[in-house]
Amino acid sequence: MEIYLYIALFAPFVGSMFAATLGASKKTTIAGIIPSLLLFVSFVASSILLNHILSGGEVVHVEMMTWMQTGNLYIPFGFVVDQISVTMMMVVTLVSTIVHVYAIGYMDHDKAFNRFFAWLSAFVFSMMILVMSDNFAGLFIGWEGVGLCSWALIGFWYHKESATWAANEAFIMNRIADLGMLIGIFLVFWNTGTLQYAEAFAAMQFLDQETLTWMGIFLFIGAMGKSAQFPLHTWLADAMEGPTPVSALIHAATMVTAGVYLVVRSNELYSLIPHVGLFIASLGAFVAIFAASMALVNRDIKRVIAYSTLSQLGYMFAAAGLGAYWVALFHLMAHAFFKALLFLGAGNVMHAMNNELDPFKMGGLGKTMKTTMIMMTLASVALAGIFPLAGFFSKDLILEVAFVDHHFIIYTVLLFTAGLTAFYSFRIIALIFHGEDRHTSLGFHPHEAYKFMLVAISPLLILAIIAGFTMKGTFFEMVTQLLPATEYHVHSALTYWIMTIGTQLFVILAIFFAYKKYMASDIKVPDGTSKMENSFVYKLLINQYYIPYFYEEYLVKSYRELSTVFWKQIDQKIVDATVDGIAGVLYNTGENTRVMQSGNLSTMLRWVVIGLVTILSLAVAFGLTVRYLDEIQAILSGLGA
Amino acid sequence: MFEAIAFYLFAFLTITMFYITVTTSQALHALTALAAGMIFISAFFFILGADFLGAVQIVVYSGAVMALYAFGMMFFDTTRELKEKQGNKYIIFGLSVLAAVLVVLIFAAPMVSDNITALYPMTEGVGNTQEVGMVLFTKYLVPFEVAAIMLLVAMISGIVLASKQMDVSQTLSKDEPIQESKKGVTS
Amino acid sequence: MEIGLNHYLVLSTILFAIGLIGVLKRKNLLLLFFATEILLNSVNVAFAAISHYHGDLTGQMFAFFVIAIAASEVAVGLGLLIVWHKRHSNIDLDQMSSMKG
Repeated sequence: MEIYLYIALFAPFVGSMFAATLGASKKTTIAGIIPSLLLFVSFVASSILLNHILSGGEVVHVEMMTWMQTGNLYIPFGFVVDQISVTMMMVVTLVSTIVHVYAIGYMDHDKAFNRFFAWLSAFVFSMMILVMSDNFAGLFIGWEGVGLCSWALIGFWYHKESATWAANEAFIMNRIADLGMLIGIFLVFWNTGTLQYAEAFAAMQFLDQETLTWMGIFLFIGAMGKSAQFPLHTWLADAMEGPTPVSALIHAATMVTAGVYLVVRSNELYSLIPHVGLFIASLGAFVAIFAASMALVNRDIKRVIAYSTLSQLGYMFAAAGLGAYWVALFHLMAHAFFKALLFLGAGNVMHAMNNELDPFKMGGLGKTMKTTMIMMTLASVALAGIFPLAGFFSKDLILEVAFVDHHFIIYTVLLFTAGLTAFYSFRIIALIFHGEDRHTSLGFHPHEAYKFMLVAISPLLILAIIAGFTMKGTFFEMVTQLLPATEYHVHSALTYWIMTIGTQLFVILAIFFAYKKYMASDIKVPDGTSKMENSFVYKLLINQYYIPYFYEEYLVKSYRELSTVFWKQIDQKIVDATVDGIAGVLYNTGENTRVMQSGNLSTMLRWVVIGLVTILSLAVAFGLTVRYLDEIQAILSGLGA
Repeated sequence: MFEAIAFYLFAFLTITMFYITVTTSQALHALTALAAGMIFISAFFFILGADFLGAVQIVVYSGAVMALYAFGMMFFDTTRELKEKQGNKYIIFGLSVLAAVLVVLIFAAPMVSDNITALYPMTEGVGNTQEVGMVLFTKYLVPFEVAAIMLLVAMISGIVLASKQMDVSQTLSKDEPIQESKKGVTS
Repeated sequence: MEIGLNHYLVLSTILFAIGLIGVLKRKNLLLLFFATEILLNSVNVAFAAISHYHGDLTGQMFAFFVIAIAASEVAVGLGLLIVWHKRHSNIDLDQMSSMKG
């Protein structure tokens, strides 16, 4: 089995290196095909490993080599394939294979085609390290690796000012969170003396509550950064500046779920500190509704989907925080499928509309883009959680968890968010595909995407439909070998049915409301004059609660002022002055002694002799000093006394 | 007693000869004085029992080196008096004496001179030439061969350097060297 | 009146000083070469003396090699001197300023 592990891990790396070697040359389709094929190989290897684990096989654990060994610090390059990581591997390889194939078509006209695939495969490799590592240090490498690749891919069109800005924002926000994560890892090592998951978690059982709390909090700060939880959430919406396949792969299906993965992986730690878990759950619920509210009014289809991702991540954290780790992981998997599908569908729309993102300028696209419409509608249905699609099984479960654990506030918030989710999802569906044709007058001539792109994303469609009812049982059996196996059942069947049907009705109502409101024939491109647009709530939401404004105004500006002071006062007056001073001394010495180099040989001879005399004098002086060292010391000590 | 007289006599003679060499304004005088000084130096070698070295000194210096200089001087105009611009005499004198005194100080200092031990002691009852031969062709064979190669290289380079355009007279035709020098500057 | 090692060393020093004065004072390249010969010879005297008083042949060996070096130096140096003289028709040290920076 080890060989499959290595294939799954290193095939994306090989693909990345292959595309990277072609990075500087002209666009060649082969640079996309080879990485895609290698990823497919990686997917197949992961499937074999999944089959192995499912059929009750041993957990595959390898130690490739020693990485660090100093004192009592021992960190190997160790990889583990257990029930959790194999789930993640499947999600990562499947979605990324599809996205790669899709991107061959999507990036067809881009000059930096080769570079794109180099980074995309590098991202998958980093993600694989992240999920497969058997220790915190390896996790951290993958963590930083995906951060770097995400930076490069958000800023892929680096000639665009907004793209570079967004890339830097994402990277810096992640760095801030990574500091927390690093402190968490240090704490783990400090208190347990190891970074291996198994040994560290075993040692944690004997630590006191306070230490564990700090550990949990700092590790969660890292997770907050990657999974874009409040207050570090602003980067995710801005990250939509990157190419759409990147948004689908990184900012929907895989990277942002790393935070959830970390919490799930550290379940043994978080089980020991339920108060931190409750905080995580509350924050998750808050983010769920917070992000959903911003999605209600946004006029950028990719940003709407990004906010929906944020909201769903909130759901996952709510589940994980309440101790339902397997539910969180299940929702992570299901979400990856339909969210990637939604993004890739949005990519098709964008392609058709020449990168126009405002859904108010579209309308009636359903006539020309039937397949995309069906795909996106089904993905949205899955996202909204309608029976029997994937979202129903995973999301409804989270609601049940909250209900059964008697966290009714969280339950209410999440339930309400489910309605909002349905509303904003179908708001954009209605605006894009239905209603009156508003794009022809603006000079757009949409067309359906390439056939092979549609074929490539169809597996996601199938999974988004069937992932729920086919996989739930198997999945539960598999992951609960590692995770706490808590079954959540509402006590009375009546309550259960009321809850389920009530939720379904609420969601369907929200969908109909969205259709009714946005299929009306009098929809116009908003121009800031209507009554709704001038209301306080609308302004608050469209400006993202003024949080980016707040960051810019109070944090960035004051930091910039502080930096200016440091630059002017410390860097220029002390550091630079010192360096310049040293250079100046050398320069002046050279300038003054240049006279010696007169070119006159007899003068030079004189200098030679002077040098000789100097060296001989030094030799004599040192010789005498050594010879009479004792006497000199005696005299000096006499002087001192 | 005899040794002391000989030492002081030859010391006086060598110093005088070398002094003339460095002070005279006539190149020919300097050459002659130098040759004489070299021969007087060999006297010290004989006094010190280094017969072979003394013989080599006379042969190489008075024979080869001085002859070379003499031939070399034929190229230059040696009859005219040398005019040399002088710098500060005291600096020159002071520096030279200082350097020499320091060298002696270092070698005569107890630290160095006490630590000298004989690597290849002289054997009793064997002539100096024989001793030299024994050491030179055993312990110093490689340096000896290297010195031989060096001499060969020096000989070849001397010939190559000096024999360029030997057939063209430089001193008799006045135009040639000027053109040459121009060419030398530009090239 | 015994003549010891120090006598020879002092003599060698005096000769070396004379040579050094010559090197510094002379502007004619030919005479500069003479001065270097003096330097080499003064050292040879010291070598021979030390060899004698320590009963060690190494000093004499070095003196041999010094003589060999002196001979090669003369050969090459004179060659160069002749070339220089052909080019510039003088051998004055002060005229050689092509190395001026």
